[in-house]
Parts: sequence; C-alpha cells; structure tokens
Amino acid sequence: MVEITLPKNSRVTEGKTWPHNPGAKREREFRIYRWNPDDSENPRVDTYFVDLDDCGPMVLDALIWIKSKIDPTLTFRRSCREGVCGSCSMNIDGTNTLACTRGMNEIKGDVRIYPLPHMPVIKDLVPDLTTFYAQYASIEPWLKTETPEPQKEWKQSKEDREKLDGLYECILCACCTTSCPSYWWNGDRYMGPAALLQAQRWIVDSRDEKTGERLDFLEDPFRLYRCHTIMNCSKACPKGLNPAKAIAEIKKKMVERQV
Amino acid sequence: MSKQRSMRTPLARVRYLGSAKSGTKHFWHQRVSAVALIPLTIAFVLIVAGLIGRNHAATAQILGSPFVSIVMMLFVISSTYHMWLGMQVIIEDYIHSESKLTWLILNTFFCFTIALCCIYAILKLSFGV
Repeated sequence: MVEITLPKNSRVTEGKTWPHNPGAKREREFRIYRWNPDDSENPRVDTYFVDLDDCGPMVLDALIWIKSKIDPTLTFRRSCREGVCGSCSMNIDGTNTLACTRGMNEIKGDVRIYPLPHMPVIKDLVPDLTTFYAQYASIEPWLKTETPEPQKEWKQSKEDREKLDGLYECILCACCTTSCPSYWWNGDRYMGPAALLQAQRWIVDSRDEKTGERLDFLEDPFRLYRCHTIMNCSKACPKGLNPAKAIAEIKKKMVERQV
Repeated sequence: MSKQRSMRTPLARVRYLGSAKSGTKHFWHQRVSAVALIPLTIAFVLIVAGLIGRNHAATAQILGSPFVSIVMMLFVISSTYHMWLGMQVIIEDYIHSESKLTWLILNTFFCFTIALCCIYAILKLSFGV
C-alpha cells in the first residue's frame, strides 16, 4: 500500500540553527534538509543565515556560500551553474527545480530546500538516481537503423528536425520524474516523464528505423500507462519542456497503430 | 521503489519481466466509455428527474418505452464498464501487496454484479413482469 507517513527513522527533526553573520546588513534564512548516512540519526532541518551582500543572487550561490563560509559538511551536487548540466536539481520552496536558475528573489520568506522527493537519499541534498538513469538507458536513446550507413550523414528534412524541438533539450535533471505522484507510487515499473520524453524524442526521429520496437517496449500498463496526466512534470520542468505532451503523443501513436 | 535492493543490475530491474504488450486497449476503452457517458449521463439524469414523485405503475410505463429502457441500459453498461476499468487502475496504482489480485477479482465481480442487477431491474420494470 501507499505509505501515508514516513517510517520512524525517516521522520524529519529540527536541526541546528547556525549563528547569524556579525555585521551583515541583509540576511536570508535558509532551512535545509540534512541527513548523514554515517550516523544513525534521523534527518533534520538546519537553519542558516546567508549574508546577501556577500553572495550571488541564485539559490545555488547561497548553497555554495554556506558550504564555504559556514558549514563545509553540507552536501549537494552542482556543476555548470547555468542550467545546462542538471546536477543541482532539488526541491526548493516546495517545487522541484535547479538551484542555479532559481533566484532567491523569486521565493517569499525562508528558503526551504529538500532533496528531490521520493528518491533514496545518499546524503543531504544528494538523491540516488540509479534507477532513473537505468530507465533512461532502457529506452535505448540512440539512433537505431538497419539500412547500411550512408556515405555521409543520415538525412533529415528541416520539418522533421523541428519535431525534435522541445524534446532534445532535456538535461535529465529528474525534476519532472520526481514530481510525479504516479512515479512515487510505481517508480519501479513506471518509466516516468523524463524517460518517456526521451523515448518520444527517438520515436519521432525521422531517421530512426525501430519506431515500432520502441513502441512495443513501452506498450505496457505500467511503463507508459501509469501516466494519469497529472501534469506535475510539465509544471516542474526548469527548461520549460512539456513531458506530459510528449507522453500524450506516445499514447496517440499507440492508438494509431491499433485502430 | 522496492526496499530491498537486489544484486541484479539497475537495467535488469528496470526491464524486469519485459513489456506486457498491452494497455492500449484498456486506455482506449476508458476514453470511449467516457465519451459515451457524456450524452448518456445527461439522458439518465433527465429520465430519473422525470420519474420523481411517480408511482410504480407510472414508472413502469415510462421505462416500458423501448427508447427509455435502451438508453437506461446503455448508461448502465457504459458506466459500469468505465467503473471497472477505472477502479482497476486505482487498485494497480495504490495496492502493491499480495492482496492486489484479490482486489482486482473483487472489482470485476462487483462491477458485473451491479451491471446485471441494474439491467435485470430495468428489464423487469420495462416488461412489467
């Protein structure tokens, strides 16, 4: 059954409140989820105060500021700091998004930061995305052909290339997949919005010769049809993509080849 | 997400038993029955509203009309079929224990029983037996 409450050892407790910054004129309160696998403590929420005059404008700037100025044990993933790598996805102010593209001024009140929902936590804000990546691998995200390879490139009309717009930009940050209640309850069998958007990216690719096999792989009550058009995915996507529409397009193709 | 991670690779766990190669029919039938229910529900509400305050004889007379009783039966078939499909999805969504199969079977029995009871009642009234 669905778990309504968290197991005892996962209940979040009130953590440490770190001191204010002496001399800081403008401070922002950050409430951040902490969990360390090396001790047997429950997860906790620590409170930090960030000196806004000493820190960049984005949430990621503040996290890096906290890590270097207050608490070096705070653990999170980050790399490009400009929304192209998808590493710093986390739950900020109740929404899955990228810390590097979310401005602090977009959030009212305290900035509450948690790891992506319903994934096993490795430490603090770092979730275990192993299954998520395996789901991506399972849709076989590469061009599959049988026709002998042409001398030059596989040709594609301008119109066909345009069909990939809104799909190829996905950075696999997992914001959409981990925002989906269907994925929370059935994430072991449901592919999730990110993997399905990627599947659609190859299903619509005019150069691909295995469209039918790709559909066969997804034709399943759980892999595809656990999508109940809740639309959290499209709302969450920090790149402004529309996974819900991509999934609907796959379902349309499924019906098209039957009726 | 299973609590106990096995030693199988992540890809093996994701692929699991492979595709069921079905699901589209279920999806499509749920949509078709939903579309059918739009006019049928309106007709059902109008018919039932027309029955309010009438005695058994008058009710039997209205339901005796072939048009009315066929519309009523179409409504019963579409709605119980839609209910059967929809409830199945809800059970699959939320029940992950061994009891899932039992619930799926009970759902089927319940929906078929409700459908047959309703149709029997409509026919009995409409033929005045």
